Amino acid sequence: MTSAGKVDSSFLKEVEKRSGEKLSLCYQCLKCTAGCPTAPYMDFRPNNIVRMIQMGMRKEVMESSAIWFCVYCQTCGTRCPNEIHIGILMDTLREMAMEEGFHAKEKNIHLFHEAFIHSVGRGGRAHEVTMLMEYMLKSRDLMADSLFPGVILFLKGKFPLLPSLVHGKEEIKKIFERCTKEK
Amino acid sequence: MKFSYFPGCTDHSSSLEYGLSTHEVFKALGVELVEIEDWNCCGAAATHSLNRLLSLCLPARNISKAQSAQAGPLAVPCAGCFSYLKRAENVLKNDEAGRKEIEEIVGFTYQPSLEILALVDVILNRIGLEKVQEKVKKPLNGLKVACYYGCALVRHPKITQLDDPENPQYLDRLMKSLGAEPVEWSYKVDCCGADLAMTYPKVVKKMVGKIVSMAKEAGAQCITTSCGLCQMNLEMRQDVGLPIFYFTELMGVALDVEKKENWWKRHLISPKGLLKSSGLL
Repeated sequence: MTSAGKVDSSFLKEVEKRSGEKLSLCYQCLKCTAGCPTAPYMDFRPNNIVRMIQMGMRKEVMESSAIWFCVYCQTCGTRCPNEIHIGILMDTLREMAMEEGFHAKEKNIHLFHEAFIHSVGRGGRAHEVTMLMEYMLKSRDLMADSLFPGVILFLKGKFPLLPSLVHGKEEIKKIFERCTKEK
Repeated sequence: MKFSYFPGCTDHSSSLEYGLSTHEVFKALGVELVEIEDWNCCGAAATHSLNRLLSLCLPARNISKAQSAQAGPLAVPCAGCFSYLKRAENVLKNDEAGRKEIEEIVGFTYQPSLEILALVDVILNRIGLEKVQEKVKKPLNGLKVACYYGCALVRHPKITQLDDPENPQYLDRLMKSLGAEPVEWSYKVDCCGADLAMTYPKVVKKMVGKIVSMAKEAGAQCITTSCGLCQMNLEMRQDVGLPIFYFTELMGVALDVEKKENWWKRHLISPKGLLKSSGLL
């Protein structure tokens, strides 16, 4: 944020360009926040985030928990009278925050998403057991609430120990390399 | 009639009974599903969170495989996979620079003629409810079902182009045609919390709690869905014991297909009691 009377709009322009979303159109009707299922758990609500971007509050936005609590349900984007897709905006903000070296306020959500992507990168298909192991080791989250039902699911044959792999592993590797390098 | 088929990763794991019931139901309907060769994870539900380009290229590789298969429109059972494939399709169709970038990375040429359809859409609008009704052997006897669509089937409506985003009817119409009685309720498109279940189970418990208790209050004896993650969250994070079916399982009951026991034993909340008391088992 800049001194009183002046607003630095460079952050707004940058986010609009990268996300493709016209945030300047927002007139704070609050439909996004009213319908957001995870807004009660965010430090700033979705409509606040848009306003904060307009005000140039880069650090506060990038270090918010809001950008991590968005589950991309797209209720906001479907209802916005100005057709702003806040889900796409949140994706963009998360990517930018990580590229710019900001600390993820919700470290475990970040680690879980990384563990998921790593699991797909290894064999071309998601594999729950190795994904959850990576997440638990890195986050030190023992997942106490999920352990018991997880074991039952394992016993029911729904969490196979061995991953299902694609044959075109090289193709997957190439896609991962290119998509990571170009960022 | 023939469709190419993208099973998705959870077909081999957490939504085993969805795949099994889909195959039995399609066999009974006489419709062939041709699994696309060497498919990969579509990227749902976390890739878009950290890497947009990857979240478009992963499904694009499957689109390229479906194009080469030339086995008809691509049918997708999982709502999450469906939405990822549709997002990639949207870029490939409407954003020239985006299309070129994806084509170059994945190594293929996009053909806009390939249709990508949710499995429920295939049943309603390609096979048709008349044909389904012809095959019903055991009508569902007015079983009260809450049809739960969640997010990925209906949002964003410009991308998924499937049904009304606030009060969708596809599953309701399908359930009616099987002899069930879909209940009117307000939580059919509310989010279950998706993968927050792994990091914030208590938050998801609250979200699921609302959905399940509202279904019960509306008089539902069970919920039906088409999404693997929704089904798992709804079963795992509720306290009221309401059975959660994949819609293909209820179709399987009505069409009285074989090997259903193999589906019921995968559930955390056994639906057998309800099926028995409704005269369906």
